Amino acid sequence: MQFDKNHDGPIEHSLEIALETIEGLLHDKYSLSRRALGLLLLQEDQEIKDMVKESQPTIIDHIEKIISGVKAHYAYPIEYEIALRRRDEAERIINRVVKIKEKKQGVAEKISALMMHPLTGFPLLFLILYFGLYKFVGVFGAGTVVGYIEETIYDSYLNPLLVKIFSSFIPWRILQDLMVGEYGILTLGLRYAVALILPIVTFFFLVFSVIEDTGYLPRLAMLIDRTFKKIGLSGRAVIPMVLGFGCATMATLVTRTLPTKRERLIATMLLALAVPCSAQLGVILALLGGHPKAMVLWAGIIMMVFLFIGFLTAKLLPGERPSFYIEIPPLRLPHLGNILTKTYTRVKWYFWEILPLFLLASVLIWLGKLTRLFDFLIFLFTKPVTMIGLPEEAAQVFLFGFFRRDYGAAGLYDLHKDGLLTGDQLLVACVALTLFLPCVAQLLMNLKERGWKTGVGISLFTLVVAFAVAFMVNLVLNNLGISL
Amino acid sequence: MLERKERVEELLESLWIITVEGQKDKSDFSLLKDDEAVKDLVKMGYVFIKENQLGLTETGKMEAQKCIRRHRLAERLMTDVFVEKRKLIHETSCKFEHLIHRDLEKNICTLLGHPKTCPHGKPIPPGSCCRGASKEYLKKIIMPLTELEIKKGGKVAYLQTGNRDILQKMIAMGVLPKTEILLLQKFPSYVIQVGKSQFAIDKEMASHIYVRQV
Repeated sequence: MQFDKNHDGPIEHSLEIALETIEGLLHDKYSLSRRALGLLLLQEDQEIKDMVKESQPTIIDHIEKIISGVKAHYAYPIEYEIALRRRDEAERIINRVVKIKEKKQGVAEKISALMMHPLTGFPLLFLILYFGLYKFVGVFGAGTVVGYIEETIYDSYLNPLLVKIFSSFIPWRILQDLMVGEYGILTLGLRYAVALILPIVTFFFLVFSVIEDTGYLPRLAMLIDRTFKKIGLSGRAVIPMVLGFGCATMATLVTRTLPTKRERLIATMLLALAVPCSAQLGVILALLGGHPKAMVLWAGIIMMVFLFIGFLTAKLLPGERPSFYIEIPPLRLPHLGNILTKTYTRVKWYFWEILPLFLLASVLIWLGKLTRLFDFLIFLFTKPVTMIGLPEEAAQVFLFGFFRRDYGAAGLYDLHKDGLLTGDQLLVACVALTLFLPCVAQLLMNLKERGWKTGVGISLFTLVVAFAVAFMVNLVLNNLGISL
Repeated sequence: MLERKERVEELLESLWIITVEGQKDKSDFSLLKDDEAVKDLVKMGYVFIKENQLGLTETGKMEAQKCIRRHRLAERLMTDVFVEKRKLIHETSCKFEHLIHRDLEKNICTLLGHPKTCPHGKPIPPGSCCRGASKEYLKKIIMPLTELEIKKGGKVAYLQTGNRDILQKMIAMGVLPKTEILLLQKFPSYVIQVGKSQFAIDKEMASHIYVRQV
């Protein structure tokens, strides 16, 4: 009784008939063949439809009628029907000309399986993070290498030399301050960019390129998908998130690869709030290096904020749950040449992107100090800073932190070197600074990518959360009488 | 007598498709004026006639739903298990459905992994077995990928979704009916081997892929 639309018979050929009719309507001045165009039209490719509409406006209605006619014959979308036929044809050809030899499972397959198994995958992930990020980028890059460049090269030779040159050539104190003062362009801006940030970022991108080229990232995505679903993201978001540990600004740009607006918004917010960039990470690891307990607590708190805020936003934001699929490519030994080229291009892009901002930040700080505007802003910050149990001097760290998040972290580093902070205060400061407002570059990127309303909203939100969490951490530490 | 019963059931099915699935109140009656089956249906209280239009009563709807369910399950059985030629599915199913009694219906449904749509993408009304009420002692032949055991292979029977977004992802992976896939792991994500490629998919996607175990 029921009219069977998929009935074998002439209707089965309705696709072919429709395709031929459409082909007959198209003129031959397109750069694609008419059959290819017809197939794309049947699959309702908007770009091609617009192109044909532009070129042959008279036939588009007819084509649409044909397509809706064909659509009525099938329960599934037409691209699916086409895919079935294409697959059958491909199989027919392959069966005639290809012979496949079964290969035994190799070492790469075994490692791959270990990486994806939940029991071995998470410990392996931890090892990769520990050795790749902590040991190599944190301890070696941010510790040993930065220490050498900063102390040996800059502090002992370069800075005194620069100060000497500028003091003897420029008589005006104000200009001296601008160039070689405490926050001078050369002594602070350039020094931080070259001696601190550049090595850390280089080490990070080196590790990231290695991880990327082995094919580990899709495996990480598959491990983390279930957790990320809870915070409204899919496993695919792991790529901008991991990149966020390098540079959150760059990572915010990469959120474009996420399929829905909802996912992009959540990812942007989490990047602004709870993902420390490599420069920050380097300095924070250096700061907390002597306090292993504080470091563990710091990581735990940041992770909790990340998951909690993510979970909350996913609950509050309307929209569909993302679906997830990713191809797992075979594991490969990375090619040294490729790694070096990639790292070099990324570092080069990054460095030229941030250098002007660092120099500008120096100038702004100089201007702010000169006009006493900064004193006022620092005064505004003093209250919340003391409320979370930090010395007043930390207020300027937070202010400068806005110009570059890592800049702030580096300022904290100086405070620490002067012995102004206790273990507790270090932890609170690191938590607040990690969660604190994104740096200027990231703020601009947020505004650009998410629109100014959302961008400003995210920034205010992070500001509030940063102080609220730091306040609570301080409160808990004090009340429990813990000193780290 | 059997033929009469068949005719009655077919009529109920048509009325279901027109009124419930087509969301119309009634259907034109003029062609069927002298049909004995219509009279039977009215007598049984399944159908009412009003202003030359036919409609299903509430009990009629319940009965029709069962018929539709049997018909579409029969279609699934023919396509998925017996791999009947597409052209013959309809005819065979039309005959077969009338032989399915209640327990048989349950078993077929379980065997097929409680399918949600017929081969033409139309919904199969769920039965009590689909709600997981009864204990399953039958070994399934067709099942969603989520129920396949790890390291077991399967041939894709069909994709249980009309969602274009998901279908496009399936096409991209080459997961289409008749494709052989091997389930490598289920947690924390599903990992499948399709030809020489491996893909990770979430549970949601996996639950749309119905496979026949091999």
